[in-house]
Amino acid sequence: MNVALRLASIALLLAAWLAGSHVMGARLLPPPQAVGLAIGREALSGALAFNLGVTLARVAVSFTIAMALGTVIGLTMGRFAFADRLGDPWLVTLLNLPALVIIVLAYVWGGLTETAAITAVVLNKLPIAAVTVREGARALDRTLDEMAAVFRMGRWVRLRDVVLPQLAPYLAAAARSGLSLVWKIVLVVELLGRPNGVGFEIGVAFQLFDVTRILAYALAFVAVMLAIETLLVQPFERHASRWRPRTA
Amino acid sequence: MLLAGVPGRLDVHIEHKSYRAASGERLHVLDRLSITLTNGEVVALVGPSGCGKTTLLRIIVGLDRDFAGSVQLPPHGRLGVVFQEPRLLPWRTVEANVRLAAPQASEETLGALFATLGLTEHRRHYPGELSVGLARRVALARAFAVQPELLVLDEPFVSLDSALAVRLRAELVELVSRRPVTTLLVTHDVDEAAALADRLILLSPSPARVLAALPIESPRRARTADELALLRNEIARRIAGSS
Repeated sequence: MNVALRLASIALLLAAWLAGSHVMGARLLPPPQAVGLAIGREALSGALAFNLGVTLARVAVSFTIAMALGTVIGLTMGRFAFADRLGDPWLVTLLNLPALVIIVLAYVWGGLTETAAITAVVLNKLPIAAVTVREGARALDRTLDEMAAVFRMGRWVRLRDVVLPQLAPYLAAAARSGLSLVWKIVLVVELLGRPNGVGFEIGVAFQLFDVTRILAYALAFVAVMLAIETLLVQPFERHASRWRPRTA
Repeated sequence: MLLAGVPGRLDVHIEHKSYRAASGERLHVLDRLSITLTNGEVVALVGPSGCGKTTLLRIIVGLDRDFAGSVQLPPHGRLGVVFQEPRLLPWRTVEANVRLAAPQASEETLGALFATLGLTEHRRHYPGELSVGLARRVALARAFAVQPELLVLDEPFVSLDSALAVRLRAELVELVSRRPVTTLLVTHDVDEAAALADRLILLSPSPARVLAALPIESPRRARTADELALLRNEIARRIAGSS
């Protein structure tokens, strides 16, 4: 039933796309089969796999760095009022700086390099991760902390078995919103200052007014991110919440 | 001040402990209070609600260091604590909860503990799947699994129905008699204190002082209803006499 509904929804989307293509013309909105063929062509030449791979690597590296730093900063700020007061203006500033400004400045100061590109993406994602984890750290249960203290649990045990499980829902929320944000920003970074990747290809296609190619790369990348969501993020969430009594 | 001590012995001398309330005024909670427990002794602190018993316990187990006085724990300071609520990690199984507190406990020790407390078939369950009574038993198992030099119980059976409380008390007596351990039990329930302790210490209303110490000579398991009734009257008389 669920699967049927899902398939019907996808069929409806394709039908709307086809109809739109007829109305707007194939140059402005190429029909699905043309985009499918374009994906096939790029896949055969090896360009699709290469560009997807490059972009995915940038997403993975910047996502990992941003989540790790954001968790440490958020945890520190949530637990120590001193750190919170010190770091809060920085966070607010970063949160409100437009992504484009951070990217342009990173390239101006760092040159058109891989490091500058990754730094720009990290700086865009970091404050959101930190703010989310800070909320989690503020909600930590003091009574469990005290329990861990009287039983003389070590630092590592306290982190792994007492603190992190309480942060898990916040980390999952940060990861989920983070992943979709990071890959969008990576495309912009590639468009502005990298010689390869999905963002670069889309930039080239834009200059040539090649809508088919734009859609081909965009859809291929969305498919990859959907696969990551269902194969990595959702199983992790299920594992992290296995102890919750299931609602009947 | 924390000092290294004598095996199984607890020495507490509190000059003075006060809180600053939200309104800014200082609240006196404890005043010139001294308690000594010798090796293997079970002592019950009995006092009215709000007299500062829980504050005293928090000082003894090291959760509150803002006081004037000294606490001398047994040499290794290995504590088994049972809080008013079970305080289990909901994301770890019953067995993992106990093992995390007592990583050095042998499988044999744990097996025996779980058997005594009727937890054997619940080892792999998560705390959210347990009844209130079972969760309290896990908290007891955790405290005993560390083979504590000092066992501290803060109203461990509060808010349980009386039949269940009686059963858990019997299990506690069983555990303490199997492996004697210096135990400090805090309660406002006179029956509970009389059933479990070798000595009762009566505390005054806040700021808490020691009103009286009552040794109970007969062995725990041989106490008769008459004897307990006499004890109850004695306690009531002492408490009334103080005010």
